[in-house]
Amino acid sequence: MSVAPLLECKNLSISYAGRAGDVPAVVGFNLTLKPGEAHGLVGESGCGKSSIALAVMRYLGRAGRVVAGQILFRGRDVLAMNDAEMRRVRGGAIAMIYQEPMASLNPSMTIGEQLIEVPRYHEGVGHRDAALRARAMLDRVQMADATRIMHSYPHQISGGQQQRIVIAMALLSNPQLLLLDEPTTALDVTVEAGIVDLIRRISAEFGTSMLYISHNLGLVRETCDRITVMYCGEAVESGPIADVFRGARHPYTRGLFASNPSPAADKNSRPLRSIPGQLPSPRARPPGCLFGPRCEFFAVDRCDAQPVPIAPIAGSGDHSSRCLRVDEIAWDAAPAAISSRAAAVFGEVALQVNALTKRFGSVSANDGLSFEARRGETVAIVGESGCGKSTFAKILMGLLQANSGSVQLAGLELSRLPVTRRNPQTIRALQMIFQNPFDTLNPSHSIGSQIARVIRKLGVQRDAAKVREQVLELLDLVKLPRDFAARRPRQLSGGQKQRVGVARAFAGRPDVVVADEPLSALDVSVQAAVSELLIDIQRRERTTLLFISHDLSVVRYLADRVVVMYLGQIMEQGSTEQVFAPPYHPYTEALLAAVPIADQHYTKRKVLLSGEIPSASNPPVGCRFCTRCAYRIPGTCDRLAPPLQQVAPDHQIACHLPREQLAAMRPVFEEVTP
Amino acid sequence: MRNLVVRRAIQMLLIMLTVSLLLFAIFDSDQFREKAAVAELGGFGIATLSADDYHEWLQKKGLNEPFLARYAQWLKAVAHGDLGRSVEKDVAVATLLKESLANTAILAFFVLLGLIPIALTLGVLAGMNEGSRLDRVISVAAVITTSIPQIATAVLLTVILALGLGWVPAKSAMTDGWSFRPLVLPLLTLLLYDIGYLVRMTRAAMTEVMASQYIRTAVLKGLPPWRVIMKHALRNALVVPVTLIFLELNGLLSQVVVVEVFFQYAGFGRMLFDAANFGDIQVLQAATLVAIAVAVVSQLLSDAAYTFLNPRVRFK
Ligand code: SF4
Ligand code: SF4
Repeated sequence: MSVAPLLECKNLSISYAGRAGDVPAVVGFNLTLKPGEAHGLVGESGCGKSSIALAVMRYLGRAGRVVAGQILFRGRDVLAMNDAEMRRVRGGAIAMIYQEPMASLNPSMTIGEQLIEVPRYHEGVGHRDAALRARAMLDRVQMADATRIMHSYPHQISGGQQQRIVIAMALLSNPQLLLLDEPTTALDVTVEAGIVDLIRRISAEFGTSMLYISHNLGLVRETCDRITVMYCGEAVESGPIADVFRGARHPYTRGLFASNPSPAADKNSRPLRSIPGQLPSPRARPPGCLFGPRCEFFAVDRCDAQPVPIAPIAGSGDHSSRCLRVDEIAWDAAPAAISSRAAAVFGEVALQVNALTKRFGSVSANDGLSFEARRGETVAIVGESGCGKSTFAKILMGLLQANSGSVQLAGLELSRLPVTRRNPQTIRALQMIFQNPFDTLNPSHSIGSQIARVIRKLGVQRDAAKVREQVLELLDLVKLPRDFAARRPRQLSGGQKQRVGVARAFAGRPDVVVADEPLSALDVSVQAAVSELLIDIQRRERTTLLFISHDLSVVRYLADRVVVMYLGQIMEQGSTEQVFAPPYHPYTEALLAAVPIADQHYTKRKVLLSGEIPSASNPPVGCRFCTRCAYRIPGTCDRLAPPLQQVAPDHQIACHLPREQLAAMRPVFEEVTP
Repeated sequence: MRNLVVRRAIQMLLIMLTVSLLLFAIFDSDQFREKAAVAELGGFGIATLSADDYHEWLQKKGLNEPFLARYAQWLKAVAHGDLGRSVEKDVAVATLLKESLANTAILAFFVLLGLIPIALTLGVLAGMNEGSRLDRVISVAAVITTSIPQIATAVLLTVILALGLGWVPAKSAMTDGWSFRPLVLPLLTLLLYDIGYLVRMTRAAMTEVMASQYIRTAVLKGLPPWRVIMKHALRNALVVPVTLIFLELNGLLSQVVVVEVFFQYAGFGRMLFDAANFGDIQVLQAATLVAIAVAVVSQLLSDAAYTFLNPRVRFK
């Protein structure tokens, strides 16, 4: 017996009006969502996934328009509803949860006011009862201190709390369908884990259906029943989670998996493979299969002959793919072997950090950091927001001065040497790659001239012809075509801009490169390519790379050593193998368990983590992690600073737990034996 | 907040000191002193003013003393509330100032009375539906009124309303007592420009708010449109216009110079203009102090309004 679907999209096409005519955002999209079902919508930026959710809510802005197809909610066409009906649906039967909770809440209304509105306007409930309902809902989304929260303004609470408020607001009307648009993308991973847990619990408890939009395959795997993968506005593959994750049947989906690093697998066992090429612009779509130009199975005269329909895969139940060659490709064959990299050899110590401390008033942003990085080594500094990793980068770059301790670069003390007093030689030796390649490139100068400027400024080369030659060599180095020298930044994609960022950083053949979240603004398939590039160059030049990141998957893939920070202190450090395997520091363990994993070959252990990151201006006494730690020893952890235990050569954990207990920890990820 | 008030007060005093010293120095030049002497001693040409008469005059006025001493004296008098006498009109500056300020205040009151409801309503209506026909009409009108200089508006209005249609008097001297009709032309002249300006600012703030994510949240919560506008949008959109209205107090003080002189309205602007022409230093000094005080106080009010309307600043 089949249940009537809750939401159906039939042949849905959405376009946005642009200067030069309509730009298609979604083309011929189909979806059936049953009551109680969670459907993941996955794809990279610009694939049209958010437009679908907004179209369901009929909120596409002035420019956006549904040009074809239907959206049926409980069998009624959403596009044909009158305004009053639509208002009942919006925030009533269908509620939405957004990517940026802070921006989604009204800054000048108290949270209470914003919550109370929902029952008042949807059910005509009186103010008092509405307030009671709002409070009760805050308890259900596990918000402590509900009374205070009701009277607070959004900016007075943390990002994780804001997202819980948005969720509470959505649930207040008891919706049948939740639209979630990247609900955790702006949050730290441990906060994300809490929110995802909440969402999962709620959908089970209330029987709410969900359309979960995300770029994160792991999250979708952990929250949804079905998945649709989008590429360039089209669904390319759709099916039950288990089927698609176990056996992707579209080259793009397969590419996404292959370019997605997993915190569970080490880099040698599962090398990353990026998808070649880049997204076609919506105005210049290739003929035939849209993925054709990037597909390794592309067949001339077949794949580019006519538009490829999405079709059920023979003998698969309800798994479908938009690929003509779905029956011909040997899906189970291992992907073409990738030459594995030889293990790096590390040289002498290039950067030595000793008891480095930086305070802002009463806040100690860096508290006694000590570690070292060797020549040719990649050291990752990981931690969530507020852990002090950016402060450390700024001290290194001379934008801040430390209060005490030292940072030595080849014997030169940098911790109190502002960038304005550093000589060109020092500046050349220590370079930086930024998170946002868009902000650091001057839009009015060509790429070539910007790289040339760096070369001249660092005093590497002055002769004009030689500089030009070196610019071209650098473009080769970062695998950009030489004619990019004449282009302006706006003509480049995000990944290409970050390559330019890499080229600039390496222009002076630096000894140490600090990369501050260099991949987090990029799409998954591009991330893989840029990280490959970064390692390649770093290996070749034997540069020391300090890789600052919150993304443990990327860290596991890129780093040789890992330093885990929490509230300004180092919790654990060791080689990547050591840190990603037991014994763990309890924080590292929680951090690892919070990462959603897309890889079907691994299972993840649940680790309890209570509360949120405390404010850095009032850090807990004793162990800084003690307010959230599941292993806390009362009376010890909340009183005394933990000792630094040397659990293995080169592997340190700052914790009160006895050796044996640390050693007895089980791995967070375990391989499933098929 | 208290810090802010203290800071602004100190800032005001410093500006007053500097500006008054500067003015004092400028009017202390021989050129200006002679002019003042000529005017006072009967208005003959400089040629007829004998050196002796001039010296006697200087002596009598106490202008022979050293510059700084006289400045200090003036300061002391001002601190005690004595603003001096107008050389031109031979009345106490305080009296003169009181009358003219009262007149300008009346004008300003009516300007604000018209400005605030009209401009805010039009701005909000335009910004609410960006790109609609109503928005286009309002925006174009606002651009036009703000791009015509006030002196041109004044001429235009006089020609049409006073000379052409004869509805209102062309001049606002009000020699036979106060009445509203002569106020119409200066009022309209000021309003046309100010409304245009405030409409543009309000519209910009409103369109920004309407495109924000929290308005999307409010709409997608299923709230009725009036609730979205009145409760969610206005609170945020009006912060900037309201602060601008307070700053407008200061702007008005300079705008009235043109308008009052043109329409011969006996207000602050007119007084300032006459005093400057005559070199009536005591009046100028006092007027400058008032202008600075108005500037600083309106700035302070506008800061206070911003803080009050913005919880992100109010509850750090
Ligand atoms: S249709 Fe052809 S080009 Fe498109 S995904 Fe399949 S094999 Fe690749
Ligand atoms: S010291 Fe105590 S609170 Fe801190 S991590 Fe170890 S067990 Fe947990």
